[in-house]
Amino acid sequence: MSQPQMRRAVESGVPDNRQFLHPLLIKNYGNWKYHDRPRPGVLHHVSHSGDEVWTVRAGTQRQMDVHTIRRLCDIADKYAESHVRFTIRSNIEFMVSSFDKVGPLIAELEAKGFPVGGTGNSVSMISHTQGWLHCDIPGTDASCAVKALMDELVDEFRNEQMPNRVHMSTSCCEINCGGQADIAIIIQHTKPPKINHDLVANVCERPTVVARCPVAAIRPALVNGKPSLEVDEKKCICCGACYPPCPPMQINDPEHSKFAIWVGGKNSNARAKPTFMKMVAAGIPNNPPRWPEVSEVVKRILRVYKADARAWERMSDWIERIGWPRFFEKTELPFTKYLVDDWRGARANLNASTHIRF
Amino acid sequence: MTKAMYPTPMLDQLESGPWPSFVTGLKRLAEDKDYVVDLLGQLELSYKTRKGYWKGGTVGVYGYGGGVIPRFTEAKDADNKPLFPNAAEFHTLRVMPPAGMHYNTDILRKMTDIWEKHGSGLIAFHGQSGDIMFQGATSEGVQPAFDAINELGFDLGGAGPAVRTSMSCVGAARCEQSCYDEATAHRTVINSFLDDIHRPSLPYKFKFKFSGCPNDCMNSIQRADMAVIGTWRDNIRTDEALARKWFAKHGMNELVNDVVARCPTKAIRLKELGELEPGDSVSTVAVSDTHGLEIDNHDCVRCMHCINVMTGALAPGKDKGATILVGGKRTLKIGDLMGTVVVPFMKLETDEDRAKLVELGQQVIDFFAENALEHERTGEMIERIGIVNFLDAIGIEVDPSMVSSPRTNPYVRMDGWDEEVAKINARKQVA
Ligand code: SF4
Ligand code: SF4
Ligand code: SF4
Ligand code: SF4
Repeated sequence: MSQPQMRRAVESGVPDNRQFLHPLLIKNYGNWKYHDRPRPGVLHHVSHSGDEVWTVRAGTQRQMDVHTIRRLCDIADKYAESHVRFTIRSNIEFMVSSFDKVGPLIAELEAKGFPVGGTGNSVSMISHTQGWLHCDIPGTDASCAVKALMDELVDEFRNEQMPNRVHMSTSCCEINCGGQADIAIIIQHTKPPKINHDLVANVCERPTVVARCPVAAIRPALVNGKPSLEVDEKKCICCGACYPPCPPMQINDPEHSKFAIWVGGKNSNARAKPTFMKMVAAGIPNNPPRWPEVSEVVKRILRVYKADARAWERMSDWIERIGWPRFFEKTELPFTKYLVDDWRGARANLNASTHIRF
Repeated sequence: MTKAMYPTPMLDQLESGPWPSFVTGLKRLAEDKDYVVDLLGQLELSYKTRKGYWKGGTVGVYGYGGGVIPRFTEAKDADNKPLFPNAAEFHTLRVMPPAGMHYNTDILRKMTDIWEKHGSGLIAFHGQSGDIMFQGATSEGVQPAFDAINELGFDLGGAGPAVRTSMSCVGAARCEQSCYDEATAHRTVINSFLDDIHRPSLPYKFKFKFSGCPNDCMNSIQRADMAVIGTWRDNIRTDEALARKWFAKHGMNELVNDVVARCPTKAIRLKELGELEPGDSVSTVAVSDTHGLEIDNHDCVRCMHCINVMTGALAPGKDKGATILVGGKRTLKIGDLMGTVVVPFMKLETDEDRAKLVELGQQVIDFFAENALEHERTGEMIERIGIVNFLDAIGIEVDPSMVSSPRTNPYVRMDGWDEEVAKINARKQVA
């Protein structure tokens, strides 16, 4: 590994974003007055100075090849003053200084296969993770699962017909890199890890692995005369936390790793305080390449929410109004005993009142 | 010039449909790169077997202890030879984005040229931590790729038990709700912790995130060990022309049902114009010739709802700053935690203000480094030792804004009560 004359890194940290900002954004920095949306996918910001800027938002595949990025750059150079930004949900935004440029920009984006939308009360792009493409512990894929789902939801991306915005996420293990969301799709393992005892001693730092288990189900053991680890399968909640520090404790199972669906997570402080999402469906098979069973449940929840929620109700606000019995009734999802919390603090999730909707 | 593609019947099904296809992108790269031919081969295998085939390892760049996510293939034959040898190494460089994720086409093109030359040609804008993910380099490719990216003025982000890459919202650059200069705060804070980013030596990861207002577009309350969320102390500002315009378009039913009724603390009332009672803590605005809104700002919790619905007609006040929350994280190990308030309000206007924020971050990180167990996040540590002990240690006084209610049980030793009361009284006298 001894390469002579290694270049010393310049520890420059976060670059100054002013060098990349659209000139109108620099000019009106901190001085914006309001915005409106002339059509889905377009934001129109007005400054106290009277300046206006239009932003066109389009979906991307997030994991982009250089040719796709260059195609987006070509569009930005030709139609959009050479400046772009990305949203937290991997949408790309083009800022332009006159409304005239909006139409041609949209036409070009759509023609080149980038759907325009994701603003206001739409279903925006799904936050997602690495999956089989790159992570070392995934139970499923990420980008392709998202592609499959967005193919089905693209009309809701292009329009603003939801009661409020819908943020979705997918995660390929229970670490849940995708994060809290109105609807989250997360791998849920249903069987304890299968341990390759031949490898444990060499690969795993056993005390670390023991410490990692949230229910203290792992203990050191001698198996076939070799130091290894043992799992109390009655205690194990199949969370997979032991797998990253100890890959011989394989938790992914092509058949028994399923999907669970969670709803009602919200980070914004608007109206109610931020909320955690709640598990409402499980046991959904992991069926690449298009995961039709997942799409079916997600679309069903979205359909009911769209029809039933009132203006400005996020998923969590809507469920707060109609109550969980009606949620399960309307979505026709089975409410099983596994959905009753028994983790720490679980009593807070019980109904300590006679507030019951009939 | 490239080897033949493997059949990829499963992945091929992901090329159709209206959403941009990342498989199509990979296939385009595979036209020029055997590396990507083999990557597609392995990915198709994952689709078939429903298993992942990457394992970690150690790969880095000179002088840094983190920022590269090493991946080595585990898809091997009986002789332990990689099934897809060209893609046997597929490391990722995590590169910190500019605040707000703004770019011009010039810099993007330069990035693509570098990654076409030294890597797979696949770049994710952005990973969940906020990094630009240059995905797919061989062990040999990592250093030259980094050198070139670093020459552009970009630097690696965090991985492992380190301060991590941060994100800030578009904020002041293009959002009327912005309550502080997110980009400057982001850059100032993160660039003060570069050593903790580049040389991981904390008990576990530590994330800062910056949102300009309580809409928290960066999801900081749930994802950041330290969330900096903009807010304001004075009255909601009003603009009568825009309020009237909104009302003319939306009408009384929407004003009542979507704005007034949805205020979580009932701080907003609809009144006849003659009955509006302006006052020091009250915002009033006419929406028509007969009606107006009256907001008692002492009751407002700065949730943003009315402002989001009637943007411009209502706006955050002028005495702006941020609330600091600590301890947010996802599930592992004790369950999800939201960040909770440790500083109800601080100004973030001057370099001095921002230096105070850096100092607070430093105190929290120092305490975390010394007191957290291995692989324990800040929120879990606080849960274990109690928020009062944590606040004591970082020298912050308790405040009723930090709780949703006082305690509901008597299980506490209280023989220091009189002393605490005396301290509070003494402080009051000084103030
Ligand atoms: S959710 Fe889990 S498997 Fe997926 S990228 Fe994150 S850590 Fe990896
Ligand atoms: S899967 Fe989770 S609960 Fe089961 S042994 Fe591993 S860490 Fe413990
Ligand atoms: S967090 Fe607030 S200030 Fe930042 S972009 Fe979102 S709405 Fe605007
Ligand atoms: S911002 Fe204040 S007044 Fe407006 S809805 Fe929220 S709590 Fe009510």
